[in-house]
Amino acid sequence: MSGEDRIRDGPRPDGGGSADSSGSVGGDADDVSAGPESVADVLREAIARAFGGHDLAIVLATLASIYGLFTLFVLVANDFELTTNTINAIASTLRLLTFFAASYAVLALALNLHWGYTGLFNIGVAGFMAVGVYTMGLLSTPPDATSGMGLGLPLPVGVLGGMIAAGLVGLIAALPALRLEADYLAIVTLGLSEIIRLTMNSSQLSSWTVSTFGFGTGGGSGLNLPARPTDALFDGGAGEALLTVLTGAGIRRSIVVDAAYTLVVVAFVVGVYWLLSRVGASPFGRVLKAIRDDELVAQSLGKDTRLFKIKVFIVGCALMGLGGILWQGSYGYVNPNSFRPIVTFYVFVAVIIGGSGSNTGSIVGAILFVGLLFEGPRQFGGIVQNAMDLGSAPATFAGAVGPLFGLDPIPFLAYALENISALQFVLLGVVLIVIMQRRPEGVLGHRTETAAAIDLGVRPEGNAPAARSGEEPTSRPDTTAAADHGGETGGDGDE
Amino acid sequence: MSKDADAGEETDDVGVEPAVDADAATIADAAGTTNAASEENASTAPETQDSRVEREAAETPPDVPLQVRNLRKTFGGIVAVDDVSFAVEAGTITGLIGPNGAGKSTTFDCIAGALEPDSGSVRFNGADVTGFRPDQIATRGLVRTFQIARELPEMTVLENLMLAPTDQVGEQLWRSVMPGARGSVIDQERELRERVWETLEFFEIDHLARQKAGALSGGQRKLLEMARALMTDPDLLLLDEPLAGVNPTLEEKLLDRIHDLRDQGYTFLLVEHDMDVIMDHCEHVIVMHQGSLLAEGPPTEIRSNEQVIDAYLGGSSE
Repeated sequence: MSGEDRIRDGPRPDGGGSADSSGSVGGDADDVSAGPESVADVLREAIARAFGGHDLAIVLATLASIYGLFTLFVLVANDFELTTNTINAIASTLRLLTFFAASYAVLALALNLHWGYTGLFNIGVAGFMAVGVYTMGLLSTPPDATSGMGLGLPLPVGVLGGMIAAGLVGLIAALPALRLEADYLAIVTLGLSEIIRLTMNSSQLSSWTVSTFGFGTGGGSGLNLPARPTDALFDGGAGEALLTVLTGAGIRRSIVVDAAYTLVVVAFVVGVYWLLSRVGASPFGRVLKAIRDDELVAQSLGKDTRLFKIKVFIVGCALMGLGGILWQGSYGYVNPNSFRPIVTFYVFVAVIIGGSGSNTGSIVGAILFVGLLFEGPRQFGGIVQNAMDLGSAPATFAGAVGPLFGLDPIPFLAYALENISALQFVLLGVVLIVIMQRRPEGVLGHRTETAAAIDLGVRPEGNAPAARSGEEPTSRPDTTAAADHGGETGGDGDE
Repeated sequence: MSKDADAGEETDDVGVEPAVDADAATIADAAGTTNAASEENASTAPETQDSRVEREAAETPPDVPLQVRNLRKTFGGIVAVDDVSFAVEAGTITGLIGPNGAGKSTTFDCIAGALEPDSGSVRFNGADVTGFRPDQIATRGLVRTFQIARELPEMTVLENLMLAPTDQVGEQLWRSVMPGARGSVIDQERELRERVWETLEFFEIDHLARQKAGALSGGQRKLLEMARALMTDPDLLLLDEPLAGVNPTLEEKLLDRIHDLRDQGYTFLLVEHDMDVIMDHCEHVIVMHQGSLLAEGPPTEIRSNEQVIDAYLGGSSE
């Protein structure tokens, strides 16, 4: 499967090659196996050396390779004819990819704060997204909307309100649930997320009246949402001028308008990343990591872990609400079906691919997930279907498998491609199993992202220079290595 | 929470005043050395009624930071700890010994807050800390290590130590995130980093600083745990079998460190079941057997105690 291979071979730069902190002892599990794996390893080493562990470079390289892959898909589909149509197709494909990747990145970052940093197994992501989107809708949708009703408040109020509401629901869930062990927290959050979805779906709440205000979730028929704020940019002034120039060049209007909103989502990814990096690289983040590793130890060192867990749960849930607003809130309409538990599962896959515990990994994971597992198979299937004239696909599974015995694979192939969106789940499962077996730490999870506001590796002056000897603990360290080993981002294995 | 605790202390102070005097006397007797000090304090207690802190200070002799009274803990029908009372004097290394299953670790867990005792009380630095959460007890200066070293495996040795100090301003979320407030966090981090490196050098594990704690050997983990506990700047360290699974060279080193620290003014209560270590290194020994206190006294006395010899040679599974 192409997706699977891409993930293994894709950019996987090691902060410090395989010689991360424990590298001298065990090394990477992949190193043990020979054959094709070692090729991947060599590739990975090379990539690692090229980027030297710079996070932005890793993200951009991942994005560039996914962009490249999809550009190729579109070019193949258009027989490499570089017409305006093809360029439009490429632009709209890449725009869509970026939008999904950015949306998943916000959610993955939020989940990484819960699960990767603190070890809180929250599988109710979709529920917190729904709270965010619906609250935003109820606050900011004009009262005269065709489906569902709102207060018509300004959008920033709605967005902030959505995040606060998601955070509050998180708090309500956290108070009883954080006393529970990890598995029970998972059940509680999953249950909560379904309760939220079914509540939104309920016809009882679809509309009611608060004094003179009409108010409601729209039930199963959904809720109208305010238009994207970026759309208004093109209704006059410089925006309209730019649009005229671009449409004059043959680019479709919708692509430009959508791209503007996508840039907003990307900006939010940068903001959330910045926020969470600061949270991670701080004494607060250190306590979170300690809770994940061993809560009793954190308590025994005087940390009131309950408070830390509640705070982190609120912040993460608010960011999930934000992620929901940025993604599902941008279509002008939402209904409860967008918040099925599968969404939570997707976000988990993104975090797992990227490597839980790494903020950069969450973004890389989101890009890889969207590119290779979420959008990739559909594109790939479409191209193969177009390229090879397979005829009409059989209607039943029996009809597809039957001809295989007659050594005729065409009907089976056609059937598989016809049902590629269903096969995506199979692919997803296979990829998850492979990652869990071969590389449970994901793309970047092995790195040491030091939880401190400063570089801890710098020894105070007046002491013996830092040494990195692998000698016995009884011997005093010698003075071979310089003190400034190991940068802040690159972890401690830079040599 | 603190209000409740205060209220509890208040009533406790009033209710058990005579008993406390008696207790202090027996403890002083047992300890043998602090008679004069504790009696003086006990007699001055009624005169200094004005503040709670003063009364507490008076009630507990200042050089007996930890007092355990009538501690009892049962698990179902099994009485793990049965009516155990003892005290730990400031600036000593006190050993708690006993054969397997004597209730040492349970006693420890009750003191450190990991378990809540069924009855009895634990007083630390004059305050009743019975049933407090582990973090509340730790912030008061009573810090423990674990029988099986519990390093934080996915964190580096440096991070492990940086975690420990209490009252870090950066543990407030907003300070860590807000651009203006982060300066104070960074300043404190620098100070802590200096202490961390000093502590690592003291325990001679500075060459492991950047390793993940999970990659350390068993003995190194024990050193790490002690270093980490020390970073909280405790008054009293509870060490649960600090020498279990440690090779003889490292054992010597660990004991040296404990002695050094004792000389610097730290107090230790250590659980151990190696009699020789206890006899050679502790000033005061408490012996537990089948959940209750068997004997208490200086090592020489314990060594010749018939009951202790019986418990160890006769009743032990070792």
